[in-house]
Amino acid sequence: MLEVKGISVQRNGRAILSNVDLSIEKGAINSLLGLNGAGKSTLAYTLMGLEEYAPSSGSLFFEGKDITTLNLSQRAKLGLTLAWQEPARFEGLTVKDFLSIGLRGEKTSADERIREALELVALDYKSYLERSVDKTLSGGERKRVELASIFTMKPKLAILDEPDTGIDMLSLNEIINLIKRLKDEGSTVLVITHREEIAVCCDSASLICNGEIIQNGNPADITRYFKKRCKPCLYQTPYKGKIE
Amino acid sequence: MNNDYELMLKAYEQSGGERKIFTSSKFPHLLLKENKILSSSGIEGLELNIKETKTGIKGEIRAKKGIKIPEKVHLCFGVIPEDGLQEILVNFIIEDGAEVSFLAHCTFPNSVKVKHIMKSEIKLGKDATMEYSEFHYHGEKAGALVFPTIDAHVSEKGKFRANFFITSGRVGKLVIRYRVTVEDYGLAELVAKAYGKSIDEVRFVEKIYLNGKYSRGLIKSRVALRDRAKGRVISGTVGRGDFCRGHVDCVEIVKDQADAKAFPVVEVTNDKAKVTHEAAIGRVDKKQLDTLMSRGLSEEEAVDVVVRGMMR
Repeated sequence: MLEVKGISVQRNGRAILSNVDLSIEKGAINSLLGLNGAGKSTLAYTLMGLEEYAPSSGSLFFEGKDITTLNLSQRAKLGLTLAWQEPARFEGLTVKDFLSIGLRGEKTSADERIREALELVALDYKSYLERSVDKTLSGGERKRVELASIFTMKPKLAILDEPDTGIDMLSLNEIINLIKRLKDEGSTVLVITHREEIAVCCDSASLICNGEIIQNGNPADITRYFKKRCKPCLYQTPYKGKIE
Repeated sequence: MNNDYELMLKAYEQSGGERKIFTSSKFPHLLLKENKILSSSGIEGLELNIKETKTGIKGEIRAKKGIKIPEKVHLCFGVIPEDGLQEILVNFIIEDGAEVSFLAHCTFPNSVKVKHIMKSEIKLGKDATMEYSEFHYHGEKAGALVFPTIDAHVSEKGKFRANFFITSGRVGKLVIRYRVTVEDYGLAELVAKAYGKSIDEVRFVEKIYLNGKYSRGLIKSRVALRDRAKGRVISGTVGRGDFCRGHVDCVEIVKDQADAKAFPVVEVTNDKAKVTHEAAIGRVDKKQLDTLMSRGLSEEEAVDVVVRGMMR
């Protein structure tokens, strides 16, 4: 579904991503695992089309179409979207307004879709529908609303950047259920995470370190490698040998 | 039903009001077209001592001691022709322990050079509460010249809230001047929102003096400007009382060749007082735009969503 070919990104003269190749399989839950600072979010922003993260070299193909030069909005219209690690806040915009944006004017069963989305992220429909998506929501609540908005969109490819940030450990299962539900509804998912508990629930995994993809494979192997090699290494000397 | 009355009801509806407010004596109200009082209805404990003048009205609105009015008191001030002067010189006395909330619609739907002046002295007694919300509509042509001035005094434990909104149509030229003094344990909140277009000019000059101990103040200003509109926000809070707290919060969003300036002024003359401010001026926050664009909105649509939210 998404092919990343030799993407490099530089910021302030420093290489953040180097020659990244990545293949996202249609209909699967893919994960991108890495420590903080490995380049995970940068890759998410590049895939989504943020102008300041435009690649200096390489290409991106989405469903066979070259999207390298398309902007954020154009990519979203093709069915690509991103749940932000730290979601923006909007004064005066209610949860209902925010979730409705993803529906793009779809009126049929819109309320039902919103209700379902909020239930999936364990937010009470009646209590939250008219709440403002502003400072009055806690970080965890805002994050849940962000994830719910991805669900209402029914995207072809949902990139979820650290979907558990700000959400308590006990709610991890809710996040995993949401990811699986997205897949059941026909979305392809790319989960960006530094937690092996999430990566291990995915269909495939890639490991990123110092802006390079260093391993691709099944999640069990990748998370084992991550636990044994990456965490102790703290990305000082990336190990490129075979998985034990 | 006479023509003036019908015209005003239509204008009132156009500015977001419901006509039943002025057709039923159930709701306390005052309906003014230019300098003619078309309808007024008081309620027990609320005195409307208002007289017509050559250019508007003059008088006093008084909420008697201890009276708590559950319904909003509706005021509608309108000028229907393209040109005209309307002066509202009304003082408000909210006696000790009284609670009253006013909802005012000022509508000048055909204005090219309507001038609307409002001057009010407001006195809140001890433990009294007053909210004054004002919604303006100045039509789509050139807007109006609007100068609301409030000088309010909030006594011990009193609560005063003033809201001003002009979020659709043209503004014309708007100059708000609010000055509030707050005594012990009192509260003052001033919220003003305006959306300027074309060559509109928006100016907010607001100041809260926190004189009393444990008094509280908030000035919140939201201005969106596009085309060649201008915005100037001067928000000041002076902390004088022991343990008083004040905050100034100003956001101005600009597009095109619009021009915005903000001057938050915070001052304390008491080492137990604290006054803070935050001001953001410029284009719409990038993170907000990126988020909305990642949901498929164009940049133009995303800016519109952010501005509409801010203006609510």
